[in-house]
Amino acid sequence: MQHTMIVLVENKPGVLNRVASLFRRRNFNIESLNVGRTENPAVSRMTIVMDSEALDARKVEANLYKLVNIIDVQDVTNQPVVARDLALIKVKASPEGRAEIANLAAIFRAKIIDVAPESVIVESTGTEDKIESLLELLKPIGILEMVRTGQVAMMRGDALGVRHTPGANGHNRI
Amino acid sequence: MKKSGAEILWECIIREGVEVVFGYPGGANMPIYDAMLSYPVHHVLVRHEQGATHMADGYARASGKVGVAMATSGPGATNLVTGIATAMMDSSSIVCITGQVHAHLIGGDAFQETDVTGITLPITKHNYLITRADEIAEAVREAFYIARSGRPGPVLIDICKNAQIEKAEFEYPEHISLPGYRPPAHAPQADLQRAVELIAQAERPVILAGHGVTISGAVEELGMFAVKTHTPVASTLLGLGSFPAQHPLSLGMMGMHGEAYCNLAIQNSDLLLAFGMRFDDRVTGNLRTYAPRARKIHIEIDPSEIHKNVTVDVPLVGDLKTVLADLIALVDEQDHEAWQAEIDEWRRESETRDIQSWADDGKLYVPHVVRNIWQATGGKATITTDVGQHQMWTAQYYPVDKPRQLISSGGSGTMGFGLPSAIGAWFASPDEEIWAIVGDGGFQMTQAELSTAVQEGANVKIAIMNNNFLGMVRQWQEFFFERRYSAVELHNPDFIKIAEAHGIPARRVTAPEEVQNAIEFAQQTPGPVLVEFKVEKEEAVYPMVPAGADLDAMIRRPLRQVQEVG
Repeated sequence: MQHTMIVLVENKPGVLNRVASLFRRRNFNIESLNVGRTENPAVSRMTIVMDSEALDARKVEANLYKLVNIIDVQDVTNQPVVARDLALIKVKASPEGRAEIANLAAIFRAKIIDVAPESVIVESTGTEDKIESLLELLKPIGILEMVRTGQVAMMRGDALGVRHTPGANGHNRI
Repeated sequence: MKKSGAEILWECIIREGVEVVFGYPGGANMPIYDAMLSYPVHHVLVRHEQGATHMADGYARASGKVGVAMATSGPGATNLVTGIATAMMDSSSIVCITGQVHAHLIGGDAFQETDVTGITLPITKHNYLITRADEIAEAVREAFYIARSGRPGPVLIDICKNAQIEKAEFEYPEHISLPGYRPPAHAPQADLQRAVELIAQAERPVILAGHGVTISGAVEELGMFAVKTHTPVASTLLGLGSFPAQHPLSLGMMGMHGEAYCNLAIQNSDLLLAFGMRFDDRVTGNLRTYAPRARKIHIEIDPSEIHKNVTVDVPLVGDLKTVLADLIALVDEQDHEAWQAEIDEWRRESETRDIQSWADDGKLYVPHVVRNIWQATGGKATITTDVGQHQMWTAQYYPVDKPRQLISSGGSGTMGFGLPSAIGAWFASPDEEIWAIVGDGGFQMTQAELSTAVQEGANVKIAIMNNNFLGMVRQWQEFFFERRYSAVELHNPDFIKIAEAHGIPARRVTAPEEVQNAIEFAQQTPGPVLVEFKVEKEEAVYPMVPAGADLDAMIRRPLRQVQEVG
């Protein structure tokens, strides 16, 4: 099953490489990995989605803490979390076909952000499921190119994700 | 005050209490070597950079302090790799400082440029690439702290040549800020309570003592806990010495070449207390049948070790010394006389099979030599080993009572570790008697360090167990490949001449009656001495749990040989 982790890391050179190397070395599979800035310039934030068993998620967490630059790891799988993915989808579109695409986009609250003579680019933000559904509908029309950011996730309110490993990096609560 | 990056490096190293470094100069670290002349530090010029890491490692293991190894960029740094991986696997605290090409040349395949931080990423606890002089002080401060704290390990600092030369304002960082690095100390109270309940219910408990006991300084606590709860103590290879071998509760070494009674005790236990060990495949055998009736408590500072190989009932993540102290206060005194009697019965059966009780057939066996060294040194010497048969025989026949007494490459199984680690251990404790017990194969891998031993006057005694074979591989070929010996026979040089070429006094021993005399010769001759023992070519280490087999499915010593005693 899919597991989603929120990982706070020190914003230092090479940290992404350390995380990626860990996944390779321990033979964990990454579905998507998103990294970006946060409200604190010294901290970057990763959202990692992986396809794994529950025990592996626990191992990933514990192994992440072995990296000196990892500040916090939370497993937000099945937790009160908001998760969003952004996709840019370039769809084949003759001038007469644009209306159909615009209609579909509207239903999914997606936007057409570029129009070229033979194609349009649709921007869609939402859960993975929503984007998958939109892609299903656009496929018959002809998808020329597609890029996705991978999920970013945030817990609702003051809820926290699960910490499997008591003691890791000073976190004593489970 | 402004100082060059190289000076800043030494200022910080000196402040860490470092008195000796092991290294090798080259193009990319020359400013470091130039600045070194102005600082009160002794540099040991090794003959191969692998030797530098093993010496730093041996120094660290013998002293409990951080060992320091240095090398230049490119091939100098890559030669460190085996030693770094060895230190990583055995949680040994070393700091490696490598030179790197100028920052503006990085990525351009400059002369002697290698991506050293990339190469060592998976085999270091942490590493740094330093491109500016003003980054050095903080990195060195952090590196030493990371190397020795928590679960120790190797840290590498790769310093660009320009950063060594350029000047920066030097201010020693009093505090370090590592928001992502907070090693745990106490285990949560609720977990401690669950552990106490399991301990109270146990009737057949066994402690599994690992390297963590020594590293955490929990030797005293282990003793107190074992005695208070009357629990026998089995040790991993690196746990040997954390509990006195002579103690009635000691079961000696567990695992692939552990004594049968020790493995039987583990397999028949109803509660395993794993203290600072990691259930390596060499100590568990087949995981599916490992200690099937035992509940398990795992005290470990590294959370990633919890449930890694063996799923446990109560994990106690924290510093072993702290957690044990907490636990000792909570547990009641216990009595497991029946259990101990049962184990002692297995122990007696094992002893009748012991090679020590074999009839004297005039042949030279490694266990006898090791036992003679043990007797001659009063069991008090610091012993380093290489890897293979002689290593296991040393673990079996040189019982140690104190931590840091047996220094061996456990997790990594690095051949060539014995001689350089002995030199490192000598720098840590020059007043101890130090023996490197090595095989003919492993010795030749780092034989070049004989020159280093001579140059430094290192008082290490080298005992080569020469069977003209890569003995352990030969043993596996004998047991598991129908005696099809493939690439295991060694045509060795004349080790006595090699020693003499180095100016090292040496003796060759070919018969049991010469052993004692040769050992005394080594002990009475100051400085490095080499003794070559021409031992039986095709002896096997027993007992043996074949890789992946059940822990109690041991190949035992042939009884036939014992009966000849009669």
